[in-house]
Amino acid sequence: MSEATLPHEVPSVYEPSLFGTYSKKIGMWLFLMSDSLTFGALLYAYSYGRISTPNWPTPFHSESIVNATIMTAFLLTSSLTMVLAVRASAEGNARSQRLWILATMACGMGFVLLHGREWSKLISEGLSLPVFPKPPGGAAAGEFVSVSKDVPQFAATFFGLTGMHMLHVTLGVVYLGIVALRKYFIPILLAFWLLAWLGTPAYSPFHYGAHVLLLAAIVCTIILWLKPKIYDSSDVEVAGLYWHFVDLVWMFIFPLVYLMSAKIL
Amino acid sequence: MEPDQIVIAERVAEEQLHHGKGQFYWVWIALLVMTAIEVYLTYQNLQPVRMLTILMGLSLIKAALIIGYFMHMKFEVSRMKWLTMASLVVCLALMMIFFPDALRILSLGVK
Repeated sequence: MSEATLPHEVPSVYEPSLFGTYSKKIGMWLFLMSDSLTFGALLYAYSYGRISTPNWPTPFHSESIVNATIMTAFLLTSSLTMVLAVRASAEGNARSQRLWILATMACGMGFVLLHGREWSKLISEGLSLPVFPKPPGGAAAGEFVSVSKDVPQFAATFFGLTGMHMLHVTLGVVYLGIVALRKYFIPILLAFWLLAWLGTPAYSPFHYGAHVLLLAAIVCTIILWLKPKIYDSSDVEVAGLYWHFVDLVWMFIFPLVYLMSAKIL
Repeated sequence: MEPDQIVIAERVAEEQLHHGKGQFYWVWIALLVMTAIEVYLTYQNLQPVRMLTILMGLSLIKAALIIGYFMHMKFEVSRMKWLTMASLVVCLALMMIFFPDALRILSLGVK
């Protein structure tokens, strides 16, 4: 039986893309759609708990609302800087692209730091999960001790939802760092890991959570070792899609979790 | 990337340059303004159902702006727009099937 071969040297003989764009971008969209369902399920679980629990707490005072609003402004600004990075990469302006990505990372890190501060404050006031290490000096005596006991769904859904989002933002910063700086970002990432690990007390969930950065550094090293490359405008655009998605999810978490649970006196 | 993918990626990058930079600043400002409205409403102590309706309405508008302009979905081919967005909306809407159960727990008297 004879085998027929088709010439594939010329790009125009390929079948045109069904979605009018390149495969990498379609792949990222598919991932984001699946991730939307993950966050959708978490948001629905939070809402389910809230509807079915008559004494759902409203623990967020003005200070928490202001903190969360600044976090939102950080994320929205990071989306603007990211879209400007994508544009700079389309123009072929590598320096500008790198600077905009670094600005995006700075906003993302600001978000994570403020979120970490918010978590630490809530934990110190007694809102906790059984999996969190116990703080020294026995049980906390803050405002939220009764909330953790009477409505355990609140702490579970709050930490689950916002923790998942914080993880996405952290990994987004790592992703952008690799796209902007490639292998030069690995030592910076390891420095951040040491800083986060040694700079947090042993009873803080961030003391253990910091190891996500170590894991990310190992995975990124393997990826860069297996396939070293200079990231082009398509890589920047795909990274941008991920970053905007993280921003998009927060647009639902912020009103549902914070604003609807505000205690404004 | 494969040669055909490089050609498509270059075309997509070129298309992006046709859209003005100013629209991104306008979208960013609109998003910040809507966030400010949300926070302002929080301080007005509105009735929860009304508050939730307004907040979710604003969140959907913000989501549409982010997907449409920042994620460039507005400029994709209609097949891409409809297939991704319609399937996502249907999947998320299907999850609402659990909400009547949450209300049922309340009427069963679990306090």
